Amino acid sequence: MGSRASTLLREEEIEEIKKETGFSHSQITRLYSRFTSLDKGENGALSREDFQRIPELAINPLGDRIINAFFPDGEDQVNFRGFMRTLAHFRPVEDNEKNKNVSNTEPLNSRTNKLHFAFQLYDLDRDDKISRDELLQVLRMMVGVNISDEQLGSIADRTIQEADANGDGCISFTEFMKVLEKVDVEQKMSIRFLH
Amino acid sequence: MDLSSRRGLDFFIFCVFLSLFYGSRAEVPSKPTAGVTILPPIKPDSGPQPYPDDEKSNLPVFTMNYPRIQIPFEITLWMLLASFAKIGFHVYHKITVWVPESCLLVSIGLIVGAIMHSVHEKPPAVLSSNVFFLYMLPPIVLDSGYFMPTRPFFENVGTVLWFAVVGTLWNSIGIGMSLFAICQIEAFGVQDINLQENLLFATIVSAVDPVAVLSVFEDVNVNEQLYIVVFGECLFNDAVTVVLYSMFSFVAEMPVVEPVDVFLGVARFFVVGLGGMGFGVLFGFVAAFTTRFTSKVREIEPLFIFMYSYLAYLVAELFAISSIMAIVCCTLTMKYYVEENVSQRSCTTIRHVVKMLGAISETLIFFFLGVVTITTDHEWNWGYILFTLLFAFIWRGLGVLVLTQIINPFRTIPFNIKDQFGMAYGGLRGAISFALAFTLPDNITRKHLFVTATIVIILFTVFLQGISIRPLIEFINVRRTNRDNDTINVEIHSRLMEHTMAGIEDICGQWSHYYWKDKFMKFNNRILRKILLRDNRAESSIVALYKKLELQNALEILDTVSGDISAAPSLISLQEEKKNSTKPKKKFSASDLKNMHDILSKNMYKIRERTVAFTSKHALPNDNQRREILIRRHSSVRRSLRPGSFQTRMVPKSQKYFSLPPGESLNSRFPPTRRSFADDQETMSEVAYPARRSRFGKRSSSGAMMPLHRLDTLKEVSSVDVLNESERGSTGQDSQPRPQRFRRHLSAHDDNGSADNVRTAQDEVEEEEEDRPQASPSPAWAAEPRNDTPRNPLLRRPQWNDKK
Repeated sequence: MGSRASTLLREEEIEEIKKETGFSHSQITRLYSRFTSLDKGENGALSREDFQRIPELAINPLGDRIINAFFPDGEDQVNFRGFMRTLAHFRPVEDNEKNKNVSNTEPLNSRTNKLHFAFQLYDLDRDDKISRDELLQVLRMMVGVNISDEQLGSIADRTIQEADANGDGCISFTEFMKVLEKVDVEQKMSIRFLH
Repeated sequence: MDLSSRRGLDFFIFCVFLSLFYGSRAEVPSKPTAGVTILPPIKPDSGPQPYPDDEKSNLPVFTMNYPRIQIPFEITLWMLLASFAKIGFHVYHKITVWVPESCLLVSIGLIVGAIMHSVHEKPPAVLSSNVFFLYMLPPIVLDSGYFMPTRPFFENVGTVLWFAVVGTLWNSIGIGMSLFAICQIEAFGVQDINLQENLLFATIVSAVDPVAVLSVFEDVNVNEQLYIVVFGECLFNDAVTVVLYSMFSFVAEMPVVEPVDVFLGVARFFVVGLGGMGFGVLFGFVAAFTTRFTSKVREIEPLFIFMYSYLAYLVAELFAISSIMAIVCCTLTMKYYVEENVSQRSCTTIRHVVKMLGAISETLIFFFLGVVTITTDHEWNWGYILFTLLFAFIWRGLGVLVLTQIINPFRTIPFNIKDQFGMAYGGLRGAISFALAFTLPDNITRKHLFVTATIVIILFTVFLQGISIRPLIEFINVRRTNRDNDTINVEIHSRLMEHTMAGIEDICGQWSHYYWKDKFMKFNNRILRKILLRDNRAESSIVALYKKLELQNALEILDTVSGDISAAPSLISLQEEKKNSTKPKKKFSASDLKNMHDILSKNMYKIRERTVAFTSKHALPNDNQRREILIRRHSSVRRSLRPGSFQTRMVPKSQKYFSLPPGESLNSRFPPTRRSFADDQETMSEVAYPARRSRFGKRSSSGAMMPLHRLDTLKEVSSVDVLNESERGSTGQDSQPRPQRFRRHLSAHDDNGSADNVRTAQDEVEEEEEDRPQASPSPAWAAEPRNDTPRNPLLRRPQWNDKK
């Protein structure tokens, strides 16, 4: 696996990914070997089925949504760049990065982008709003079987009530960010990638 | 009902007592056995006949021969008595809430001991050396080791060993030294106890006991880290205890201790500790390897587990190395591989028997602790004993404090004060100390004092700390951050984020940040699994779990929760609900909020690490949450899927769980194909299973896959023709355009075109049958598939083009 990785991933690509995502060289190589091990069809891209083969995702209540997040709209294959781009959201935010800003765009792992990732887990239709239905769907996934629909409905109502500033009955991304302003998102949504 | 059962119980216990007395009397054959005629089996020429008035010996119609069966009989009676006591406790549920079972058992033991003492009977010598160490202790340790949650354990192994080794050392030496200092004080009259003997006694007393601790901790809701550290510490401090005990008992006979002895002691510790682990791991691997070949002898598979563990224990005892560590390491190593090799039934049997043996051993130990307390010879010395108690407390508290400060920087989750308190307070002593005290060499003059002091400490910790730990922990935990301050939003979104992170970690193939574990898993997959597993299908425990779910629990779940477990009704109602943002704003009171918080905290699924957290001591592991998630995701995903093209030919096969004619086995119809997988852990998720199934074309599905289908639908389905993909697609559910697209897309260009066939057929059936009430399917399929061939086709490597 390791040898395959180094032959198939060119240096230039690694450099590009490094610039775009901020991962280190060894992290990229390691993730590439993971990518290839998931890629059973060996066509350089992962399909949804490849993800679903990961057994731990099977018992993750949000498994499907997480998998979906890897695939840009309308596509069913994700290549390594896309894979890394999604994973880059979860890089820990380092302090020295906050200062250097190579490009004018925000780094992928900024707080806003992390929150946006979470937001998109709710917002399936990509209308930049979490409607009550979407919220209920996610809630239903995360909650056990013992909760009745009414209870869940009132929880959803309460959620929207708390967050909804402009009264449209949906949670927009700005409202979403506001509601989570006290939460240490940088720490919660980061993982320490191994080398 | 309670009252009569109570009376019945009492009566029964009374009868048991009577028979015990008879039994006990028979132990001392010199006493005249009034009222019991015992006919010796063969006595052609012995003394007086039992029926002296009978001149010619007729054929005795009724004979009794007690001594022959005496020992097994008594053992059985004692076990029954202890078990009845256990039943009795649970009649009154409220007792067990506040008083841990161990205390109750000790109390009953005390009562029985008092009775026996008053009639001058000696109790069976259960808690003395051999019987205890060879027969009573191994099942308990096996139980603890087998159900040890491995992932948290290995994450915390450094801390565990730190506390076990250094903590025990600290305690022993500290207590020993302070007691020695106390001994110097003339007032207590214990000046004859020298330093070595004090140290020896301190070793005995400082050993935290797994039996006692676990039986108390099971009800107290401590966090996982704390649990695993205390748990692990109990199990692993045996190494230190053994070394110190042998060292000090050896040294106690010597007048002078030389530095070389200390050095030898350290060397011996390494021998003991590493030797114990080494033997354990060795036997574990051998056991795993053996189970690779047991596919033809399924009935005796569980036997191997027990025999190998016991063998590890005995061999360790042979070499006087830490047998507890040996058996724990053996089970840890063996469990993972064995559970994949053995059949489903064997797995269940093993778990049940391990639990049963552990429970009965523990019950008996506590029971006899009570009994023997009364019947041994005691020597009481106020000063010594009270100071022992005091020092035990102090040193444990100090030890925990100091050690935590040192180790906290190295931990990813440091211990806070509450955890430390829990650790210090949860250091209960138990029967191991007692047995060790009993086996003290008799040339120690103050042996009885030591025994008494040990008993006092044990009783004190078990009763006082055992009963009070639960309210204390609850009291402390109450002062958590006031959760009502968190908004519902924060709670929900935080959990969402946690799930996401768990998912991303799984996608990246990282296991909790640990580099070595990562490396080990690679090694495991590449080498170990190939050798030790019969089918080297790199499966994870989750897949193994899923296997078990399908085969056994699917029907069960269907029967019990036919409507509830699927999200079907609610999702459907969800989707049909018009978007009504015009609902008037509801007012939520504070109590509503609190309710919501409660509901969420109790019912939201925990992320995966915590789902397999420690199990209750007296229950088998609870897979309910995983089960639920898997099944629900399955049905909800299927619901949201829109079918693509499919051939219905496939459908009956996939649903053959219900459609097999009775008497046929799954495998006879659909011989499984297999393909060895060279790689690591990927296997199917349940969503992919339909795809895989159809690829093979002949996999059995499981009830878990379609919990909602009624039996009769299958007949209809089998006659359905190939459905049009576009037709299906257009009637897809509107509120989930993405999965729709995804599915259609997938089915369109999927090279395994038939992959979707099954899925879509299922969906089709589902649609049709949505509104009809569900009946539990009759088990047309009843028997477990024969176990010679790999059972779960779902876990076959999916390759459609492969040889069939």
